[in-house]
Amino acid sequence: MGLLDQEFTEGNIVIAKTEDLFNWARLSSLWQVGFGLACCAIEMMATSASHYDFDRFGVIPRPSPRQSDVIIISGTVTLKMAIRVKRLYEQMPDPKYVISMGSCANCGGPYWEHGYHVLKGVDRVIPVDVYVPGCPPRPEALLEGLLKLQEKIRNESIVKPIRSGFVGKSA
Amino acid sequence: MKTLEEIFNILKEKFGNSVIEMKTDKPIESYLVVDPLSIDKICLFLRDEKELQFDSLMNLSGVDDANGEKVKSDERGEKGLETIVDGTLSVYYHLESTKLKHKLTLKVSTNREKPEVVTVTEAWKGADWHEREAYDMYGIIFLNHPDLRRILMPYDWEFGYPLRKDYKNPEFYQGMKVPY
Repeated sequence: MGLLDQEFTEGNIVIAKTEDLFNWARLSSLWQVGFGLACCAIEMMATSASHYDFDRFGVIPRPSPRQSDVIIISGTVTLKMAIRVKRLYEQMPDPKYVISMGSCANCGGPYWEHGYHVLKGVDRVIPVDVYVPGCPPRPEALLEGLLKLQEKIRNESIVKPIRSGFVGKSA
Repeated sequence: MKTLEEIFNILKEKFGNSVIEMKTDKPIESYLVVDPLSIDKICLFLRDEKELQFDSLMNLSGVDDANGEKVKSDERGEKGLETIVDGTLSVYYHLESTKLKHKLTLKVSTNREKPEVVTVTEAWKGADWHEREAYDMYGIIFLNHPDLRRILMPYDWEFGYPLRKDYKNPEFYQGMKVPY
């Protein structure tokens, strides 16, 4: 963690960059929209249940998108549902994050060719931060995706968004 | 308990030409072909007749027989760009009597260009959503249906009926790209 792993010895003052403090606060309480789509949602529920326990990473399902930080797209996004998914995402306050869970949400999965009703990847309607592969992904995989998201948030800047793959090359 | 042949004879006596034929081609399940505009009366009779008592509609499903003339709608001749003209669409009914332990399969065939079948919701309420699905997927119009809307596809879907053999998916729906 880096910030609070040392005990307070003298006084109760921690000096840190606001950026680090914000990032730490955001990544430590990722409240997710209580929302599931298909069979992946069953695996997501297993992840939040006692055995795998999402809550130890600060993830708890919220019944309203207005109180949520992350939305896990857990399952097949049909064209009919895509409109609703987009609206849910738009109702979330910034900063907001998206985890695309499973093959269907990533790219259409088994419906990629003949799925007349399926959106071929949820990233066609909302921006995705982390893709978790699998059909469905095991709870460990979803947890790994969540840790990846936390890593991403930890390196965020409040000044400008990080550009992935950018190596600082002086022009 | 009645055999298919006995049921056929009872119906034939009661409804005459509305009961078209009995099909017993192996290996598929035997069924009766009946008139799509009399299916409601036949079903009510099947339900209420003392020695038949078909109280349960196990399933109702649409079928695209794809037996019409295949017309290339595009000069490029790409796969999937054929349209089918004429021929039939069908609806199959699987009935069961939970009291007398016998089963029956009915089939109606209707014109592809104007597919009209009378609803059986009067006999079994459960037919409502099955018929909506058949309408949604094949465009079969169920006459006298209480609420004939699409059930699975979006209400504003205007690109046809997805399970027809000559269906072509659109490029875009509400600004979202549909093909892979």
